[in-house]
Amino acid sequence: MTAETPLIGDHTAPETSPLAGARIGVVTFPGTLDDRDAARAVRLGGGTPVPLWHAEDALHGVDAVILPGGFSYGDYLRAGAIARFAPVMNTIITEAGAVAGSPLPVLGICNGFQILTEAHLLPGSMIKNDHLKFTCRDQVLRVENTETAWTSQFTQNELITVPMKNQDGQYVVDDATLHALEDQGRVVFRYVGASPNGSKNDIAGVTNERGNVVGLMPHPEHAVEAGYGPDDATGLRDGTDGLTIFTSVVSSLTGGNA
Amino acid sequence: MSDFNIDTVENAGNTPDTELPWAELGLKADEYERILDILGRRPTAAELAMYSVMWSEHCSYKSSKVHLRQFGDKVTEEMKKDLMVGIGENAGVTDLGDGWAVTFKIESHNHPSYVEPYQGAATGIGGIVRDIISMGARPVAVMDPLRFGDIDHPDTQRVLPGVVAGIGGYGNSLGLPNIGGEVVFDSVYQQNPLVNALAVGVMKHEDLRLANASGVGNKVVLFGARTGGDGIGGASVLASESFDDTKPSKRPAVQVGDPFAEKVLIECCLELFHNNLVEGIQDLGAAGISCATSELASNGEGGMHVELTDVLLRDPTLTPGEILMSESQERMMAVVTPENAEAFEAVMSTWGVEFSWLGEVTDTGRLIIEWDGETIVDVDPRTVAHDGPVYERPYHRPTWQDTLQADTFRSSEAGQGLPATAEDLGEAVLELMSSPNMADKSWVTDQFDRFVGGNTALSQPDDSGVIRVDEETGLGVGLATDCNDRYAYLDPYTGAQLALAEAYRNVATAGAVPLAVSDCLNFGSPEDPEVMWQFAEAVRGLADACMELGIPVTGGNVSLYNQTAGRAIHPTPVVGVLGKFDDVSRRTPSGFQRWADGQAIYLLGTTRDELDGSEFARQRGHLGGMPPALDLNAEKVLGEILINASRDGMIDAAHDLSEGGLAAALAEMSLRFGVGSRTSVHELCERDGLDPFTALFSESQGRVLVSLPRSEELRFTDMTTARGFPALRLGVVDAESGGIEVAGPFSDGSFGIGLDELKEAWSSVIPSKFGRVEA
Repeated sequence: MTAETPLIGDHTAPETSPLAGARIGVVTFPGTLDDRDAARAVRLGGGTPVPLWHAEDALHGVDAVILPGGFSYGDYLRAGAIARFAPVMNTIITEAGAVAGSPLPVLGICNGFQILTEAHLLPGSMIKNDHLKFTCRDQVLRVENTETAWTSQFTQNELITVPMKNQDGQYVVDDATLHALEDQGRVVFRYVGASPNGSKNDIAGVTNERGNVVGLMPHPEHAVEAGYGPDDATGLRDGTDGLTIFTSVVSSLTGGNA
Repeated sequence: MSDFNIDTVENAGNTPDTELPWAELGLKADEYERILDILGRRPTAAELAMYSVMWSEHCSYKSSKVHLRQFGDKVTEEMKKDLMVGIGENAGVTDLGDGWAVTFKIESHNHPSYVEPYQGAATGIGGIVRDIISMGARPVAVMDPLRFGDIDHPDTQRVLPGVVAGIGGYGNSLGLPNIGGEVVFDSVYQQNPLVNALAVGVMKHEDLRLANASGVGNKVVLFGARTGGDGIGGASVLASESFDDTKPSKRPAVQVGDPFAEKVLIECCLELFHNNLVEGIQDLGAAGISCATSELASNGEGGMHVELTDVLLRDPTLTPGEILMSESQERMMAVVTPENAEAFEAVMSTWGVEFSWLGEVTDTGRLIIEWDGETIVDVDPRTVAHDGPVYERPYHRPTWQDTLQADTFRSSEAGQGLPATAEDLGEAVLELMSSPNMADKSWVTDQFDRFVGGNTALSQPDDSGVIRVDEETGLGVGLATDCNDRYAYLDPYTGAQLALAEAYRNVATAGAVPLAVSDCLNFGSPEDPEVMWQFAEAVRGLADACMELGIPVTGGNVSLYNQTAGRAIHPTPVVGVLGKFDDVSRRTPSGFQRWADGQAIYLLGTTRDELDGSEFARQRGHLGGMPPALDLNAEKVLGEILINASRDGMIDAAHDLSEGGLAAALAEMSLRFGVGSRTSVHELCERDGLDPFTALFSESQGRVLVSLPRSEELRFTDMTTARGFPALRLGVVDAESGGIEVAGPFSDGSFGIGLDELKEAWSSVIPSKFGRVEA
């Protein structure tokens, strides 16, 4: 058995807990980089990661979907602009935007967030960081909405530290939408401390009206395993604050019995 | 089909007197004569193009070969134990155990990065990563040892931001964590920056691939990006010549990178390997198709037949010679059996990678390249790939070397009026840490992704980069690259050994068992006998030291002609050492931990009066004397102590003493997590017979600072005593103090530096020169 998390292919976790019943798709586009990290985070969160391929419209019956970080199609046109038209996105857009029943929970991380804004599942857009450089650092965020499918296990206004790494991370949105986002409590994550990129109102992540679609620029999937995450008070790279995102969705999908 | 005349082999036979531009392509008269001898006729334009790039310094190692042999000769059976593939292939491969193997290599992209910093640095990453893929491995991390001119020089202002952005722009887009490297400023690198790149990859034993074209009738395929006009003559004209104002701009010789194409190529190749679809594979780097066809053919059955008009082009006006020489990036050549052709095409289609079948493997012993059915190349591939010229370049010890070595720091003007009081020493530490070379480099490293992959256990600024290989067992590797060019300038033989010793020590300090070496030998012009002496001495030193430490050189790169307007860089043999962890969770970080209040701080090793070539001397503008003494046996014992201490969980932090000596190490260990310390150099001065200044700023080798819980002190000192290695308790970690306090035999008590003040001084230097990242 290979110890490497496979990129594509059959990825069945042992059915040892009821949580493993939560099957969470992780999409790979050409140029996606953090797909294996997202799959690992799902596994550590107790769920079963299911690889999804950009060129197929089938979601293979997954209960939720993660669009991971990277540079899909090189982001040469505009971040996420091409990936948004992939066959898999057609299905995701339909199922996440479903009016009836419970819509598909979708999480977009970094490039995934950019794809979600391009797909109009989330409002706003990302432009180059105000300092015009790629920046990688441990970032403190405040969780301001714990009602979404992906944040239910955080406490309101909890401060978390997760890595952030991007070049096009400055969130921009028109004033009317910005006011609506703030009024409706749809800002899910906000940067704490000096702004890392000049985002409007220090917004790091937002959700849609129904709370099933969440996008954020920082990378919770890089803060799920002690020893390989951001630094925290207990030691070097021990931060695992990001794991709560994955346990939240697994818990909500399996009836809250986490 | 073309609007240019094709110079066929037949035509070459009929027109023996046609003048060819061999000199413009970088060939020497005697080299051209040799080509005439080999072929028995004049070469065609395409053949000339191939020979000129393959016989260039960059590709043929013609000046360095006679010296590099020592890396193969000075090797014991014991050193070969874990070596699966040695020097000569795209990269060396070392056994890691549990069925895993690791491959790593360091290369230079100096000249292109000077001409076009962003693309030069970006394609440096691209090239080294393709070397790793060619071995069958998944690339898992990169590192970048970088050297620039004086921080205030306009050239540095132009080059550094572009190089850093290029490394980030390319490496970040590949999903490879950047886990370390170096940033050094020195005026000797003005107009000749060094941009070295290291990549490491891992594979299961069965996935190992080699570059050879075996199996008559097997098909040859070129895949990846299309071939364009970029990088033509990169290896011959750009990398193998010195810069000179009188020559035209060399920008067209720099390749342009497309990291997205490379990322797709990585995944596509791994799927090919996984499904066992290729017999041999070779990346296209320097010398492009010339290199790939001639090397694949000569390493295999000896023959290959290729139709060059089948190459997919970005620019349809390229001539056959240009196609053969183009160094367009993100291309690979593979040998595939006819049975696997369909499956191969399916993988290409999955990843949307373009490919074209160019020809097949033959047993004729000839590399035949046709253009629209007419033969334009008919050569023995060995003569192109392996039988290039070999030079015994004359070399001699520079006449100024003795004068340089006699000019010691202590005897110089710079060595007078040294700080002696606590107050002055405190000031000196602050000044040291805010000098460009000691300052915080996070402005650079924060532009690189260190998290992607989720396996990074240590990265900059820790002593080594550490990557987990196997998620189930924690098996992993540690890597460090080092070189102190000032030491190498003072004494190239010892300097190269000191570079190896430091990289070895850094890997062991993190807790890894050193296994293998890769080197990037950056020097001036080999046509200068004094530079050639520096090179010869450095290689001899490195080979001798590898033998003594028992770790083999598995590959690397030589970069010559690093000189501008007749002024050579310091000899800069950058050495990368790779080590193994059974479990990377045991790695030792380089700073005092936040929860480690009250832990004991020990200094391992002996301090001598060794200030020549030091950082302190640099600050006073002095470079002369002899580098610090080297004791490889002591380094080995120290390494064992650190590895055992990590394995048995005795120590919680360890940091090696190098540039800036004890003063810098104490400061860096506190700056890492913002945790202060209280120490005294009283006993150190007494034991080693030193004044406090020397104790703090000497750069004696084989020294490491560690912190450990008091409950482990006895066990730890028992271990050092049993091994006869000096260990001295200097003080304690003090998490509450918010500063560094150092007592000693000073007339005015002790000195303290607040961590806030130190951090501000240390971290503001580089942003103040290149702009703050944050708003």
